[in-house]
Amino acid sequence: MKILMEGNEAIAEAAVRAGCRAYFGYPITPQTQIIEYLAKRMPEVGGVVLQAESEVASINMVYGAAAAGARVMTSSSSPGISLMCEGLSYLAGAELPCLIVNVMRAGPGLGGILPSQADYWQATRGGGHGGYRSLVLAPSSVQECVDLMKLGFDKADEYRNPVLILADGLLGQMMEPVELPELCETSSANKPWAATGLHGRSHHNIINSLDTVPERLERHCLHLEDKYRQIASAEVRHETFGDSDARVVVVAYGTVARIVRSAVERARAEGMKVAMVRPISLWPFPSVGIDEASKAAERMLVVEMNAGQMVDDVRLAVHDRVPVRFYGRQGGMVCSVREVFEQIVALYKEVPEYVHA
Amino acid sequence: MSMREVFHRPEALADVATHYCPGCDHGIVHRLVAEAIDELGVRDSTIGVAPVGCAVFAYNYWSVDMVQAAHGRAPAVATGIKRVRPNDTVFTYQGDGDLAAIGTAEIVHAAARRENITVIFINNSVYGMTSGQMAPTTLLGQVTTTTPGGRDPQRHGFPIRVTELLNALEGPVYLARTAVNTPKNLNVTKKAIRAAFECQIKGQGFSLVEVLSTCPSAWGLNPVECVGWLENNLIPHYPLGVVREPAATPKEEVAVGAR
Repeated sequence: MKILMEGNEAIAEAAVRAGCRAYFGYPITPQTQIIEYLAKRMPEVGGVVLQAESEVASINMVYGAAAAGARVMTSSSSPGISLMCEGLSYLAGAELPCLIVNVMRAGPGLGGILPSQADYWQATRGGGHGGYRSLVLAPSSVQECVDLMKLGFDKADEYRNPVLILADGLLGQMMEPVELPELCETSSANKPWAATGLHGRSHHNIINSLDTVPERLERHCLHLEDKYRQIASAEVRHETFGDSDARVVVVAYGTVARIVRSAVERARAEGMKVAMVRPISLWPFPSVGIDEASKAAERMLVVEMNAGQMVDDVRLAVHDRVPVRFYGRQGGMVCSVREVFEQIVALYKEVPEYVHA
Repeated sequence: MSMREVFHRPEALADVATHYCPGCDHGIVHRLVAEAIDELGVRDSTIGVAPVGCAVFAYNYWSVDMVQAAHGRAPAVATGIKRVRPNDTVFTYQGDGDLAAIGTAEIVHAAARRENITVIFINNSVYGMTSGQMAPTTLLGQVTTTTPGGRDPQRHGFPIRVTELLNALEGPVYLARTAVNTPKNLNVTKKAIRAAFECQIKGQGFSLVEVLSTCPSAWGLNPVECVGWLENNLIPHYPLGVVREPAATPKEEVAVGAR
């Protein structure tokens, strides 16, 4: 049965249903509804919700709860995620599973409270120090927010690694019908590495990211690298739409991808051969999928709510074999279907033999 | 003639050599914490949080489950652990740079929440690990590598009395400052650490023991001289004693972590 839910509340309910029983966070627009919803909901399932004194504390509480074997999450928006990056690096280094939701707002600095995708680099390159990777999932509908929450928690546990849900402010605030999964429970029993207290165990577990012996630390780094390689080969997710022999291929993720899809549909209705690729995992990036979709392409277009960040990854994906153009809006401004359509038409006209009548 | 064992390693103390300098008090306090854990019978259900600083390797020194925290964040990490494992005993072990400078927000708010954790706070008035810079607890006039002319209040501000600072809050249930400079004070410290853990085990809430400690390497004194310097300088500025006990806490208030 579908019910109408706001994105933030759907994210919160999906967390509970995915077996998350611990949430630590700090209010920040446009995602504060997550902690408000959970403050009411968590006690019903025996879970913990704590409003921390800062995002710095929130992420370290997440670190503690994850170390103790709990399925745990936090959520924030861009400036708050910056504060969490120290903790993220420690979580990655100590190999602790957790889920972090970033409902992005416009930046830099305090920026604004309206939607943006300007944290793409921060999310996909790590954000914190030391060279690590987080699995980054980017929903484009409220339903997909719900679906990716469960997947995110499961993948975090599977790889013992932080998972980021990168949503934009539009997704957090919009209401859409969603189908919610069944409520499930998880336990720390399948995390033998966790610091749960000995309770009869003979060796003591240590959760740690420090090693001052370079030979050992290098081994740890190589182990992480190997894990990231596994994630990169197994966890790529994307969606393709449109003509397989498209002359123009558009790449967009999140809410913007829905606007782009409407523009692509209109271009195709007018006889243009156009396709789009929507990355669902931003790291690992669907380079192969994009490369394949652009085999016949003369031009690529990347549309983002920033000054051009994912565009770098698209260029790498097609090895600059095809000219890659960018169109973006910033500061909380959202592109319209017409704007994107006009971009597609302009690119189409750059290819002489395929000029649209 | 039969032999009687009069001294043994506490079970909660791991059988490993520590990396601490000769004359440093960390080893003594580690042992007292281990003795308290053994005596209270909670070794099997204790999770410790190690700081950044000289005690960064403390995760190797207790034979309980341990979590290493980022600089200053141990109270937040301990909060995360305690909230998901409220029946286990959770403690942090932190130095003065960690707790009173970079981690000021985390310790103040853990105390204000009456988080049901125990904090062992080592105050030796300098940053030991990075070899002797000014700490928030450095005394006025005290020479450190970043206050080569002595700590000047005009330029470097004033030392923080953490126990008194936290005593201004309603949250804490047990607060004490001790030292391990004499056998008598060592026993007092042991009792305080035990009382702090008992506070948590009874579900009463936040407890902290500040232990004044020596740092021969950063102070540039031998271990014996260090004891004298501590007695003549640190203790006068940081008075010893229990400043908050559970009895002073109104009965109707209950600890948040004690569900």
